[in-house]
Amino acid sequence: MTAQSQEPGMTEPGGDVLRAEHIAKRFGAVTALVDVNLRLARGEVLGLLGDNGAGKSTLIKIICGFQQPDSGRLVVNGQEVVLKSVDQARALGIDVVYQDLALINQLTVYHNMFLKRERIRWPLLNNRSMRDAARRYLDEMGINIPSVEVPVASLSGGQRQAIAVARSVYSNAKILLLDEPLAAMGAKEAAIILDLVRDLKQRGDVSVIMIAHNYGQVLEICDRVNLLQHGQITLDKPAKDTSVQELNDIVVAEYRRAMEQRQRSA
Amino acid sequence: MSETTQQTGRLIGEPGGGPGPQSSTIGILRGWLGIFARQREATILVVTVVLLLYFGIHDTTSFVSQANAINLFSELAAPIIIIAIGEVMLLICGEIDLSAGFIYCFAPFIMFYLNVYYGVPALLAIILALLSGLVVGFVNGFITVTLGVPSFITTLGTGFILAGLALTLSHAEPKDIPPATVTIGNYLGTDGWAQFIWAVILVAIFHVVLTRTRWGLYTVSTGGNQLGAREAGINVGRIKYGNFMITGVLSALVGLQVAFYTNTIDPLAGQYLPMFYSVTAAVIGGTAMLGGSGTILGAFLGAIALATLIDGFDIEGINANSVQIVFGAAILIAMVANVQLARVRERGRIR
Ligand SMILES: Nc1ncnc2c1ncn2[C@@H]1O[C@H](COP(=O)(O)OP(=O)(O)O)[C@@H](O)[C@H]1O
Ligand SMILES: [Mg+2]
Repeated sequence: MTAQSQEPGMTEPGGDVLRAEHIAKRFGAVTALVDVNLRLARGEVLGLLGDNGAGKSTLIKIICGFQQPDSGRLVVNGQEVVLKSVDQARALGIDVVYQDLALINQLTVYHNMFLKRERIRWPLLNNRSMRDAARRYLDEMGINIPSVEVPVASLSGGQRQAIAVARSVYSNAKILLLDEPLAAMGAKEAAIILDLVRDLKQRGDVSVIMIAHNYGQVLEICDRVNLLQHGQITLDKPAKDTSVQELNDIVVAEYRRAMEQRQRSA
Repeated sequence: MSETTQQTGRLIGEPGGGPGPQSSTIGILRGWLGIFARQREATILVVTVVLLLYFGIHDTTSFVSQANAINLFSELAAPIIIIAIGEVMLLICGEIDLSAGFIYCFAPFIMFYLNVYYGVPALLAIILALLSGLVVGFVNGFITVTLGVPSFITTLGTGFILAGLALTLSHAEPKDIPPATVTIGNYLGTDGWAQFIWAVILVAIFHVVLTRTRWGLYTVSTGGNQLGAREAGINVGRIKYGNFMITGVLSALVGLQVAFYTNTIDPLAGQYLPMFYSVTAAVIGGTAMLGGSGTILGAFLGAIALATLIDGFDIEGINANSVQIVFGAAILIAMVANVQLARVRERGRIR
């Protein structure tokens, strides 16, 4: 394995908002993560790459508190944390856009955008306030949907994804996890999201981990890239020191090796 | 893609519609139209009104009377309505309670034994009887959510147990209403309109809970996309527990009301029929069996429609067996309409 990764512990600890150390996770017979070490600096945008099934989503779900690792630890703002729920992670400023978006089809756009963060005028939902805010957020982002009062079931894949991203961005998270936020998007919608991430980067206090398969987009926006293979981070480089070509070569070489192995054992 | 979505969008707006910048008259108008545009409730409203008019005109003398109104709304409709409230909440979050009619049978015995044998004061005995419904709901939640048994099976089992308990405890003998509880009983069910008034109040409360509170939002989320709801951080287990417990209490309440109204505690009261009627009312009122959508108002209207059929056919002297044919047909027609309407909406959404 081409282990070009720096040991995460070796960087100055003060600058990291998040460190994952020796994270392992299995699902029955499937080992998703073997020994993942990853760090995220304040204000940084980290691209997380890897094949389908490499365990990227699993890692994201562990960092956002949805799943618990079998072993390893998470350090947030210099403090070790054990995340038992999404709420706990949220309280630490961690928010996520899941690969499956976690939208509720039957609810309106604005209810989805404020799910688990409802505005309440006790004991009722303050629907007007949520509706107005949702409309404002989407306008600010330049996302075009007919109305925030339609159920999200009636929107296109890209629109749904935009809403999931908007929901996380406006949650005031300090650590934002984006699991393939560009997957269902057309060129224009993708540009909107990429601009949004760029804006967050300008602010300097928001750190982002973004999973994407388009290496061009990743290198354009990310400060650093990590490659996840065989349940481990096998490459950790500043974006400027690598290229689409190099990343492609690594992934293709990996694929060749796997094929050869399969042929030999057959 | 945006023109087609506009039409479907109106279906879920909240009642009373938010006027935003428009004037309040337009807002109110839009609110009323909004209620009507939510097809599934509008359909059942029309059906209910037509049924009432039909029997009202056809059998004016016997149907349009104070006594028959009490019979229809209080005796027949109210129990279906109150249990249906719970079933709607459960169906929306993806569960069902088949034990409702057995909680209904069992709860009055709790009141009876506590008051008569253990000298517990009437009000406390009634409250504890209601709480017994809560406990059964909790057990249903525990077996379904925590132990992972489908609620269909869970509540089938707990229903049998309750039926057996009621029969064993009472030695299969009906019991008289304890005299001490009669005064409170008047407020619960004995008095003519009492049951229906309770039903209307509970419908109002739970309509608001479902459409305007976090609990309602999370109930819809749980049934609409359980994984997504969990990912968003919703404790879906808690929502299900809660809705089982709500259904338990409501079923116990109906059991007490019927005991007071009929002036006896019958070990064969309830059983499956009230639950079936309630689920029927929920379904013809527009609640989806698959979870994620449903309305309390629809179930309220559905229950009145059912009660009108039962009552009207009774007055016309049509025998009970053929009433069942009509019920079966009503359920099927309602379901076919729901499914087909959903398809039409789906088609409208395709770009
Ligand atoms: N809840 C789960 N139960 C069982 N296996 C799972 C579960 N989640 C993920 N996996 C398995 O773990 C591996 C990694 O999955 P995932 O993290 O989704 O990969 P990626 O996001 O990189 O495509 C896959 O083999 C997948 O089948
Ligand atoms: Mg994934």
